[in-house]
Amino acid sequence: MASIKTQFEIPGKMKTWSYALIGVGLVALVAGLVIKGFSADEHEQTQFWGTLMYNTIFWTLICNASMFFICVTTLAMGGWQQSFRRIPEAISTMVPIFGAITFAVLIYVVAGHKHHIYHWLDSEAVANDPILKGKAGFLNPVFFIVWTTLTIGLWSILGWRMRQLSSEADEAPMDAEKGASFIWRNTIRAALFTVWFALTVGSTIPWLWMMSIDAHWYSTMYSWYTFASSFVSGMSLVALWVIYLKNKGYLELTSQEHLHDIGKFMFAFSIFWTYLWFSQYMLIWYANIPEETVYFKHRVQGPYKGIFFLNLIINFLCPLLILMKRSAKRNYTLITFMAVLIIFGHWIDFYQMVMGSLSKEHVTLGWLDFGILSLFVGMMILGVGKALTKKPLVPKYHPFLKESVIHQV
Amino acid sequence: MAKKKFVVGCFDDEAVLFPAVKKVRTSGYKIHDVYTPFAVHGLDHALGLRETSLHTAGFIYGITGTTTALSCISWIFTRDWPLNIGGKPHFALPAWVPIMFELTVLFAAVGMVLTFCYLCQLAPFVKKHHFHARATDDLFVMVIECTDKTNVDDLKAFLSSNGAVETDVQVAEEGWWLGRYDKDEMMFENKEIVAA
Repeated sequence: MASIKTQFEIPGKMKTWSYALIGVGLVALVAGLVIKGFSADEHEQTQFWGTLMYNTIFWTLICNASMFFICVTTLAMGGWQQSFRRIPEAISTMVPIFGAITFAVLIYVVAGHKHHIYHWLDSEAVANDPILKGKAGFLNPVFFIVWTTLTIGLWSILGWRMRQLSSEADEAPMDAEKGASFIWRNTIRAALFTVWFALTVGSTIPWLWMMSIDAHWYSTMYSWYTFASSFVSGMSLVALWVIYLKNKGYLELTSQEHLHDIGKFMFAFSIFWTYLWFSQYMLIWYANIPEETVYFKHRVQGPYKGIFFLNLIINFLCPLLILMKRSAKRNYTLITFMAVLIIFGHWIDFYQMVMGSLSKEHVTLGWLDFGILSLFVGMMILGVGKALTKKPLVPKYHPFLKESVIHQV
Repeated sequence: MAKKKFVVGCFDDEAVLFPAVKKVRTSGYKIHDVYTPFAVHGLDHALGLRETSLHTAGFIYGITGTTTALSCISWIFTRDWPLNIGGKPHFALPAWVPIMFELTVLFAAVGMVLTFCYLCQLAPFVKKHHFHARATDDLFVMVIECTDKTNVDDLKAFLSSNGAVETDVQVAEEGWWLGRYDKDEMMFENKEIVAA
């Protein structure tokens, strides 16, 4: 093992790029704040905060998807992911940081009484509206703030505990008894995280954070749809980092076989996303009830038509046709291309989920959106890079490491 | 329907089988097949078998299923017998997607099973020669095809030196035939098994 490079060092180029991206992002953020955030026009303000909302939520969720990936593979007694598990771990260290930003933005929106974003904040409107009155137990500022705090806090803490445990695999060789207890403690912690993940990303959080923008409308598919979106982009992010580190000469134990399995996740969850996309759409299309179709009206027939169908092409047709072949999933260039495309596609998806409800008359995609995106990409590159330097890239005493080394698809 | 001479080597360990396969191939012998009790990872690579084209066939069956469903439903609902269902347009694509999906899966699944059976020459009444009954139990059975120039004794010694626990020579039908097993092919009368 001595010959294997396990200590990551941030290359100068990566630092430069991430600082440049953050710089561009900060300029856009400040400009957006001055031009739109402090504007007297409610529309401009709404657009600014909406842009911040979908970006923060998107990046928090896809970084959190990495921890979910580690936890479910742990629960499934998976061995194949061990040789690169430090990468999803490093990505998940961004959850507390992005989570705090999301928290700040959401609290500002709720405490600042931005009822143009969350209509249910307007107590006068709620009092005269039987539908909103019925939802008031769920959609109220106190519940929102408490549940959001709990959610982000527990994601961070449970994820941190999982990562702490992983460090034990660096310390000393484990005998059978110690190894079994290590796996058992991993299982417990992974189970705790997974349960909390299901209660939040799998059900309540997307309803609370994003679906409640259309306060009257609801869809029980919405959370699963958001989960599928964030998980497939999260896997794409893992794939990008694995390929990057391979190109830099790290991760000798990770090979095409592992990439093939990551590619399978990208392929499978793209299909799963489409399944939910279609189920949500078809039921509403079929029933044709006005209070339900209102969500799709400006998306399918209005100004968001282009983005809505572009979304389907990028997130369904491209993965389906390009990633179907075995050789494509083992090809570093194709996986890189598809990972970038999928992340972009789901970012656009989050854009239309939030902004499609906030700015129904016209599509506002522009410099602010891409500026904030660049801010988050820069922070992600820098943060994950720094997290990767803190631990060896291979958990060399992990009981399942051998399974990963001999992994064959 | 030609009978051929085969040399059969039996191995009781995967770890011995792999180097043996490699050595037999590099020595220029032609391996007819290796029969194993379970699917062995990487054996296809070791034997130098080509990638299966089953998945390409599956893709084509799937596409056929989609097209069949789409063309059938669209012809029925727009040309042959247009009905007004809930005020929806006659060409109601979203409502058809589940059926298109189902037919895609059905065609792909059934087509691939039949193709798989064809590729493996599996069908009712199709019989093949069994080289060793324990190939379905605990032995890895390597079968090597003999030519006129093959020195059978040398080959048997070569196999034994590479870890074969049992070697033997058989003259057998190489392909499949319809009907029943010959008397001496009956598994339960195999004296070797009884002895073992």
